[in-house]
Amino acid sequence: MRDVAVIGVGITKFGELWDKSLRDLTVEAGLKAIQDAGISSDDIDALYGGNMSSGLFVNQEHIAAMIAEATGLTEKHIPATRVEDACASGGVALRHGYMSVASGIHDIVVVGGVEKMTDVSPSLATDALATAGDQEWEAFFGMTFPGLYAMIARRHMHEYGTTKEQLAKVAVKNHHNGSMNPNAHFQNEISIEEALSATMIAEPLGLFDCSPISDGAATLILCPLERAKEFTDKPVKIVASAQASDTIALHSRNDICRMDATIAAANLAYKQANLRPKDIDLAEVHDCFTITEIVAIEDLGFVKKGDGGKAAEEGLTQIDGKMPVNPSGGLKAKGHPVGATGVAQAVEVVTQLRGEAGKRQVKDAEIGMTHNVGGSGATCAVHIFEVV
Amino acid sequence: MVGIVSYGAYVPRYRIEANEIARVWGKDESIGKGLGVFTKSVPGPDEDVATISVEAARNAMKKCSVNPSEIGAVYVGSESHPYAVKPTATIVAEAIGAGPHLTAADYEFACKAGTAAIQTCMGLVDSNMIKYGLAIGSDTSQGAPGDALEYSAAAGGAAFLIGKENVIAEINKTYSFTTDTPDFWRREGEKYPSHGGRFTGEPAYFKHIMNCAKGLLERIGTKPSDYKYAVFHQPNGKFPVKVGKMLGFTNDQIKTGLLTPRIGNTYSGSTPLGLAAILDVASPNDRIFAVSYGSGAGSDGFDITVTEKIMEINGNPTVESFIADSKIIDYATYVRYRKKLHLGGE
Amino acid sequence: MAVSRFWREIPQRYNLEGNQCTICGRKYFPPKHICDSCRRESIGKMKKVKLSGKGRIYSYTVIHTGSSMFNLQTPYIMAIVELNEGPRITGQIVDCETNDVKIGMPVESVFRKIGEDGKNGTIYYGYKFRLVK
Repeated sequence: MRDVAVIGVGITKFGELWDKSLRDLTVEAGLKAIQDAGISSDDIDALYGGNMSSGLFVNQEHIAAMIAEATGLTEKHIPATRVEDACASGGVALRHGYMSVASGIHDIVVVGGVEKMTDVSPSLATDALATAGDQEWEAFFGMTFPGLYAMIARRHMHEYGTTKEQLAKVAVKNHHNGSMNPNAHFQNEISIEEALSATMIAEPLGLFDCSPISDGAATLILCPLERAKEFTDKPVKIVASAQASDTIALHSRNDICRMDATIAAANLAYKQANLRPKDIDLAEVHDCFTITEIVAIEDLGFVKKGDGGKAAEEGLTQIDGKMPVNPSGGLKAKGHPVGATGVAQAVEVVTQLRGEAGKRQVKDAEIGMTHNVGGSGATCAVHIFEVV
Repeated sequence: MVGIVSYGAYVPRYRIEANEIARVWGKDESIGKGLGVFTKSVPGPDEDVATISVEAARNAMKKCSVNPSEIGAVYVGSESHPYAVKPTATIVAEAIGAGPHLTAADYEFACKAGTAAIQTCMGLVDSNMIKYGLAIGSDTSQGAPGDALEYSAAAGGAAFLIGKENVIAEINKTYSFTTDTPDFWRREGEKYPSHGGRFTGEPAYFKHIMNCAKGLLERIGTKPSDYKYAVFHQPNGKFPVKVGKMLGFTNDQIKTGLLTPRIGNTYSGSTPLGLAAILDVASPNDRIFAVSYGSGAGSDGFDITVTEKIMEINGNPTVESFIADSKIIDYATYVRYRKKLHLGGE
Repeated sequence: MAVSRFWREIPQRYNLEGNQCTICGRKYFPPKHICDSCRRESIGKMKKVKLSGKGRIYSYTVIHTGSSMFNLQTPYIMAIVELNEGPRITGQIVDCETNDVKIGMPVESVFRKIGEDGKNGTIYYGYKFRLVK
């Protein structure tokens, strides 16, 4: 097993990108990453693409080959694989890219993530997203994706006294961070009042508790650490890559106020890196809904179980706080093109660790974590990155 | 002797007041008073004849200890079956754990499809072809907006488990009177029924109930005063009282089974629900006279004697408890629930 | 949904038929091929069991933006119900106002129409829950 480094990153703007097709998005992010790494396409050994549902969104499966072709990589007939684990597709694609380099099978690997969600109506997009949950036993009976997280929020409020104001605080913080991110879907600040009085989606979650439907793509270039200096003077090492699974239906979990997949993946990651929660300087966590960020910072060990709401309220998770969370704006403000998210989180962490995050730079960032969840917690991928 | 082993009812909880319907159509409270219908039941958007029949059937099975696998026949009578082709009876059979060793079919004979189902089960049981038969009458029928029928067309149903052992009420005799009389009908593909106005009275409802009732009394050799309770098909609050009087029954005998003023006309559920309401309060040896009516036209009459065994069953949930569980809705909500608007998304 | 896909789950949707591991007694809904605890040992040792439909509300939400089959019924209440026998399931709570529902309230199952496969497709029936009075 050898150490793996990130030598290049690329990301598109996230948003409703009417002019851009799925192909356009992946090529844009891919070319940016290749130029950032200073490699030639000839150097690439393999491609892993994270994508949740190109079939339902643009009626196209088999997109790994399609993406490889669009980026000129089929000339060399490299292996191209699409990875699907719902909203964790990107993070899991990263894990597969990492494993292929760490094991010595490949040297330079492209890890991409993409989702084109706005070619279908919001209603069909909602149905597609619901396929991350249990179709026969949740969606069939009327459950929606926001509904699942709403039930998590309701139970968390019941057990720990978490309030709607605390949820709103998460949204306000992430919008504030997003306002400093030129690629974010939303770059406007919002107020607590706006968040609290927004249209109800699934009580207690309103419009501002929910991440948007976005188009976008993100790409990383990986290579063995021992070769990284050939390409960049700011390589970032992947010190942990972990993944875990849990029941697909929310009702089958042991306790819906925590995600056992997050806890399992995080424990593995900390062990691999020989680190503890307090060693992490910043984290990009999976805030598909405000409650998800609150539960995540508890499960990742940054605060005690039940204290997630308080942490948000007290500003712990702001960029200048003790435990910066989602400096990119998170899924809420940065946007959530589902398959791209896990990779986009890594792009943000690497950018932060390189000191290139501009106005949203976390001071002295040396160790960063990404946390990517599939469905209502059935899959979780956790990665830890460290400056070399 | 063949009789009723158990029974169950179900009435949806939503209600709309006759005065509310009148308000929308520019009429006044004289309409409700004239018809003797003050509120009617409205099925929720997720209820239909299948769900109502299943609830009624499950209520019937809860009251007795019969193993559903011993049910040899299931018949559901309605004029608002969810499918034009595909039986409601099989859905009910599956949902109560009966079958697959049984026969089943759906019946249609306007408001008397449920009592026709009872008669068929009686024949199958009496001839020893089956041990138990389940007969259900239920409906969610509609009246055209603004039409007189809109004030009374309601939803509800009752199920009767027919057998020979442990009967709580013996059916001493059944007799029917049937002619081809076009008083009320609905053509294939039409959403609402049509009717012959005043023709639905004397040559239809009254003629068939009178002939059936008199024919039954004659064949058994009884007179109205021999009965503790009487229930007639109740399309509104006035007809059953009038026909009862014409036959020599008193208001006291009729009042227990007369539900239409409070829940409307439940069509195939009408006489069956009235009978269920009577069984909820009847005592051993009480005699019941029941005559249904279905447009088209025909009447099924039954002479019933309650047995000691009625004391052994738990009457809950009673018809009265369903009537009491009520939520009043306005016309707009009623239209939304009953899909009287052409909603684009559907 | 294809007719066979719905038909296959009728015993579960109509009658809450789950199964039980005959080794450790753990109950499952919907039925599982093998027991999560006993795994390989439980192959062929699972038996059918009908659940009562009675339970308590574990969590709930009121949905305002429904999925396409349910969009005309909003707002509607969805809940995770913890059945008395142990398994938790997801279902709609009916026959009450949105404010009436609280975590911990007892509920019982009812038989209702879940949806349909369009105007000329089959009708889906299944379980929903109502508050126990």
